[in-house]
Amino acid sequence: MAAWTDISGIRQKIADSSAEEVTASYIDIIGKSKINGFTTLWDEAINVARDIDANSHDGPLAGVPIAIKENISTKGISTTCSSKILQGYVPPYDAHVIERLKEAGAVILGKTNMDEFAMGTSTESSYYGPTLNPWDPSRVPGGSSGGSAAVVAAGEAPVSLGSDTGGSVRCPAAFCGTVGLKPTYGCISRYGLISYANSLEQIGPLATNVADIAAIMEVVAGHDPRDSTSINKENTYIDALAEGVEGMRIGVPEEYLSHGIDEKVEKLVWDSIHTFEDLGASYENVSLPHTRYALAAYYIIAMSEASSNLARFDGTRYGFCAEGDNWHLMASKTRAEGFGAEVKRRILLGTYALSAGYQDKYYLKALKVRTLVKQDFERALANVDVLMGPTMPTPAFRIGEKIGDPLSLYMSDVNTVPINLAGVPSISVPCGFADNMPVGLQITGTHFDEKTIMKAAYNFEQNTEHHKKRPPEVA
Amino acid sequence: MVYDNPDDVKIGLEVHVQLNKLKTKLFCGCSTDYHNSDPNSHVCPVCLGLPGSLPVINERAVEFAIKIGLALNCSIVEQTQFHRKNYYYPDLPKGFQTTQYDYPIAGNGKIVIEGEDGERVIRITRAHMEEDPGRLQHIGNIERSKGTLINYNRSGMALIEIVSEPDMRSPKEARRYLDKLRSILDYLDVFNGDLEGAMRVDANVSVFNGQRVEVKNISSFKGAERALLYEIMRQKNHIRRGGTITMETRHFDEARGVTLSMRTKEEEHDYRYFPEPDLVPLRVADRVPEVIKTLPELPDAKKERFMKEYNIADMHARALTIEIKVANFYEEVVSKVDPKVAAVWVADILKGELNYRDLTIDAFRVEDIVDVMELVIANSITEQSGVEIIRTVLDHGGKPQDIINKKGLLKVEDNIVAKAVEEAIAQNPEAVADYRAGKEKSLNFIVGKVMQKTKGRADAREARERLIEKLKE
Ligand SMILES: [Zn+2]
Repeated sequence: MAAWTDISGIRQKIADSSAEEVTASYIDIIGKSKINGFTTLWDEAINVARDIDANSHDGPLAGVPIAIKENISTKGISTTCSSKILQGYVPPYDAHVIERLKEAGAVILGKTNMDEFAMGTSTESSYYGPTLNPWDPSRVPGGSSGGSAAVVAAGEAPVSLGSDTGGSVRCPAAFCGTVGLKPTYGCISRYGLISYANSLEQIGPLATNVADIAAIMEVVAGHDPRDSTSINKENTYIDALAEGVEGMRIGVPEEYLSHGIDEKVEKLVWDSIHTFEDLGASYENVSLPHTRYALAAYYIIAMSEASSNLARFDGTRYGFCAEGDNWHLMASKTRAEGFGAEVKRRILLGTYALSAGYQDKYYLKALKVRTLVKQDFERALANVDVLMGPTMPTPAFRIGEKIGDPLSLYMSDVNTVPINLAGVPSISVPCGFADNMPVGLQITGTHFDEKTIMKAAYNFEQNTEHHKKRPPEVA
Repeated sequence: MVYDNPDDVKIGLEVHVQLNKLKTKLFCGCSTDYHNSDPNSHVCPVCLGLPGSLPVINERAVEFAIKIGLALNCSIVEQTQFHRKNYYYPDLPKGFQTTQYDYPIAGNGKIVIEGEDGERVIRITRAHMEEDPGRLQHIGNIERSKGTLINYNRSGMALIEIVSEPDMRSPKEARRYLDKLRSILDYLDVFNGDLEGAMRVDANVSVFNGQRVEVKNISSFKGAERALLYEIMRQKNHIRRGGTITMETRHFDEARGVTLSMRTKEEEHDYRYFPEPDLVPLRVADRVPEVIKTLPELPDAKKERFMKEYNIADMHARALTIEIKVANFYEEVVSKVDPKVAAVWVADILKGELNYRDLTIDAFRVEDIVDVMELVIANSITEQSGVEIIRTVLDHGGKPQDIINKKGLLKVEDNIVAKAVEEAIAQNPEAVADYRAGKEKSLNFIVGKVMQKTKGRADAREARERLIEKLKE
């Protein structure tokens, strides 16, 4: 029977039995899964767990099973971004975060499903088919890290890694009732993360509780010389969690509670803010005036970068390769057959936005908007400690409901993407249920101040009951 | 004399220089020492463009680039940035080339060349850093190839692209520019020009103030001169027949010595340049003072110093300073022998013999040329023998002294020459009488006799002078 077990619970189980037994029990649960959260299981996982037992590994995550998103390179384990075009690609190297996890003794269970190349909000665009929401299998788990959130919610893994380009960790965390963190840009090395939009994305952890997020962050965060955008900052998080939130100043951006928000979601957000008030915090309304332009700017920048990042998939060196009479035909056919519709749409739009004669109008203008959005956050966060609002404007929608309407799908990222444009850290934490589906509260802080948002999330969690509720079939 | 450039030829050059003296590639730790290695043996996730890999700038490459910029009299930008140049080609593993666009590391420079009518300044527009793609190798010949193999050993090598203004007025000036550039780069010790593909040239050419045509795929300096000669002739003929030159890119077919159209302006790529998000902007201005300290004396400065310090001719000083190795060789030589004599022997004689054999100065030892010169100065051997020794060393090896002994090149002693002169006069009274009667030619006959008697070891000029003296008595 699947159950939510936190890292300290896992460690206790390992002490009582063994890492091997713990890993075996997860493999057993995954074997019975009905949600299509995992794409690949690592056949070495059980051996790794055995070695941890044999060597009495004393790393901070010794024997802790973890699930990894399909776009994070794992040596010897298929890494496909849930795309046909990368079928058969097995990286010859580990991403920086994977190296760190292995050193810390974590046991990689396997890879999790995602929207193809992380381009989506629902995990429906995966080559492996959609992942189902453990709370209601007719609904999406969110995306693009839908697999990573769903397997944690379904008790198939205690913790996982996702990646967040415009909300891809926080959205599925909210939809699946888990905690998910998008760290500050530069906080975690991207070395080995297959790029969708390099200037926006960060790897981030997902877990059933805030303490586990902090535990993973202490292992994976920090400077890596192989990623020029990674920055050397202190990465201790766990100790700060227990500090209270008395005197904390909360800003509530009016723009995040205005357009298209579900009333029940809005009420849950206000209830949450009042909980913080009860804990000694205060709130004030703030404004992020350029939010209305953020979505457009985000999509232009992300698609532009993507159009270039995805150029390397031409069938020449790895992955899927179509037949063609010459190289150009082969490469064209490989791309025509290998990429799904949404990926092609974004490559085409991105190519257009970067083209001579249009670059000024789109890409360069989007960069200017990005600067304005960043300034919005700097101004707002100069007067308050954190910003709070709904992670997603609605609870998880139904599978198939929005996939035919890209624009409405893009619109659901309205609260998450400005944060990636600004590069600030943000966490989604469960704050209640609407129509029996989980809702996430998004807490955003200043650059490299993950401590404060984690502390807020932890205090909220300790003083509410939302995270104690489980999906059906999970104990 | 002023060169009036009758066809209004304008040539600009883009030269790609591979910084093969760096130990590692531009964005990864792979070794640059791949020239004699198996294909795809010097690669890693970064230079293969594997998904998820990220570039990290090679700091030493930045230093080299600043050095080159300074040597070309450029200003160095405060902060530089890399851009992506997007296009598809199988040798390009990422589907884009990481290069510099609107913030090249160096710009607004100039170098001075020996132009058609004296010194000429060629302006350098910019010098920027970029990565080299891999190499395609066709199985069999290119037209009927069974397939193409890709070798990514070269992928990610650091290049500097040096772009000039269209300031050259003839293929000869273009060639001089390339030679000068190579000379400067040689001095900076940033590349080994002898390695394959170390310097690659693209040219743009226009005549009669017309549209410019770009000529690509020039792989040697000789090739550049040929390509330009052909292209100028082609454009002139085309105009003469009533045609107009339109902007296009042409490809130089080295084997046939012709340029062929590749694409017209309408077919030009849109490279969709945008800033490389994986590399942060790089502040370089702060590093300039340190790099300046490492700049060596450059060819022009060295030439000036040679002229002043050694009191040698402009022509000699130039010849001696084109290659740093030759300049260093000369300076070793002048520590032992007279600089003016040394200039003649190194710049004229030795360099001539080396060029004739396509050899570099490495083929000759300083001590050997010093030996030869000392013997000539001491009048122990003739100049001709000196040249012969140099040729023998180059062709067959050996030390000068052994060659002298083996070939019996030592000049015969004075009394022997004197004796031979006396004998020749005594034994050829008719010729002596003719000479005294004013027949200059008869002297040659007597000189010949002297040479015969000394078995050619006498210096002919000396023998002649002695005869004249003797016959005046
Ligand atoms: Zn490499």
